[in-house]
Amino acid sequence: MSAAPTIAARRSARGPRAYRRNALWLAAMVHRVSGLGLAIFLPFHFLVLALSLRGEAALDGFLRWTDAPAVKLAEGGLVFLLVVHLLGGLRVLLVENLDWRANQTRAALAAGAVAALVAFAFLVRVL
Amino acid sequence: MTEAAAGDLSVSIWRGGEDGSFTTYRVPARASQTVLDVVTHVQRHIDPTLSYRFACRVGMCGSCAMTVNGRPRWTCRTHVSKVAEGGKLEIAPLANLPVIKDLAADMSPFFEKWQAAGGAFAPTLTRADPVEPIRPSEPDRVVADAGIECINCGVCYAGCDTVRWNADYVGPAALNRAWTLMNDRRDGAQRERLAAVAADGGCHACHSHQTCQDFCPQSLSPTGAISGLKRMATRAYLRGELKP
Amino acid sequence: MNVRLYLWQRGTAALMAPLVLIHVAVVFYATRQGLSAADILGRTRGSVAWGLFYTAFVAAAAIHAGIGLRTILAEWTPLGARGAALTATAFALLLAGLGARAVIAVVMP
Repeated sequence: MSAAPTIAARRSARGPRAYRRNALWLAAMVHRVSGLGLAIFLPFHFLVLALSLRGEAALDGFLRWTDAPAVKLAEGGLVFLLVVHLLGGLRVLLVENLDWRANQTRAALAAGAVAALVAFAFLVRVL
Repeated sequence: MTEAAAGDLSVSIWRGGEDGSFTTYRVPARASQTVLDVVTHVQRHIDPTLSYRFACRVGMCGSCAMTVNGRPRWTCRTHVSKVAEGGKLEIAPLANLPVIKDLAADMSPFFEKWQAAGGAFAPTLTRADPVEPIRPSEPDRVVADAGIECINCGVCYAGCDTVRWNADYVGPAALNRAWTLMNDRRDGAQRERLAAVAADGGCHACHSHQTCQDFCPQSLSPTGAISGLKRMATRAYLRGELKP
Repeated sequence: MNVRLYLWQRGTAALMAPLVLIHVAVVFYATRQGLSAADILGRTRGSVAWGLFYTAFVAAAAIHAGIGLRTILAEWTPLGARGAALTATAFALLLAGLGARAVIAVVMP
């Protein structure tokens, strides 16, 4: 047996908790963050719609602002959040209720891809 | 001396308690070497003060689980050749549990939650009664059998994001155990156990990340067991049998 | 999360799945030649069907988002279970109030 097994280096760390995420962790984060994003957006969405209480012109005034391409890009982002949250949620409902647990990484990837396609289609339509 | 020589492994091992640090050792690489062999080499030949836990060395007792290169594993059945990256290993105690010293995590919370989730079998017969025949083909038994090979190693608990974020969550292993007992018709604590797993911190806290079934060294599916409990408890709640 | 909150959150999720699909379809339809207030309000004002659709949508979204936010706050912030529940309830009420106002704004003739 080779002798002199030595202590080569000593380094401190944040703690013994270094932890490697698995693929479905990312899917869960996308689901959580998209839900959070939608929840933050909703009050503003409702406030804008309520502008019509002050007449059609008030709502139209705001809608002209949304014609700007930068706003349309942001709307495309919202479409992505909505669709990815819908599909991610359906995936969880299927895992929980229909015992469908195989190929979940692929399913989550497909959900993200479909959401991106729908958002892209939206952008093609409005830009 | 900082470079590992050819044929040597560079092994970083957590030393100390919560506020400890990694110390790197050179360990000779060998054929069919397990991570537990590496840890044992360090303790026998380099530093006898290294603390770690093991018993059977053959994947039955569930006591040697550690974090290996960022992932919880049973070290006695984990070959170095499968997990070492460029001859490097980083070995830490299980996450989501207090650190006692070095590689020994305090398993108390794990087993306390096991009990809290109704992990104890409640017999309905006494020793004076004849043994109740259970056919392995009975549907409930098939479901229970799918989960009973758990060795309580704590790998799923250490790998679970929900445990990490939610101190009340009892974790995959305890819920898997509860699910096997909910499908055992000899058990007499069904109502109490279902109430325990349907409360805050019970099965409904699970977000179905499925890390537990990904990491389980016994290839069990705690996710499946937890999904079963979710449905069972939801049905009982809808029937008015559960008051959360 | 307990069985009661779970049932409400997954229940509203299942209810909203078809509603979201319809909503996305309407988004695509409504943007066929730029959004206009006349187009939107012409579709919704006085419509019992759209009124019921959006009322159900707002109610489900407020409940669903409230419970989701409660979980996120409890897991990721130092608010604690009680603080998270209070904050999330307040947010759900805000969503329900603003949402109801928006539904009235676009549906009332």
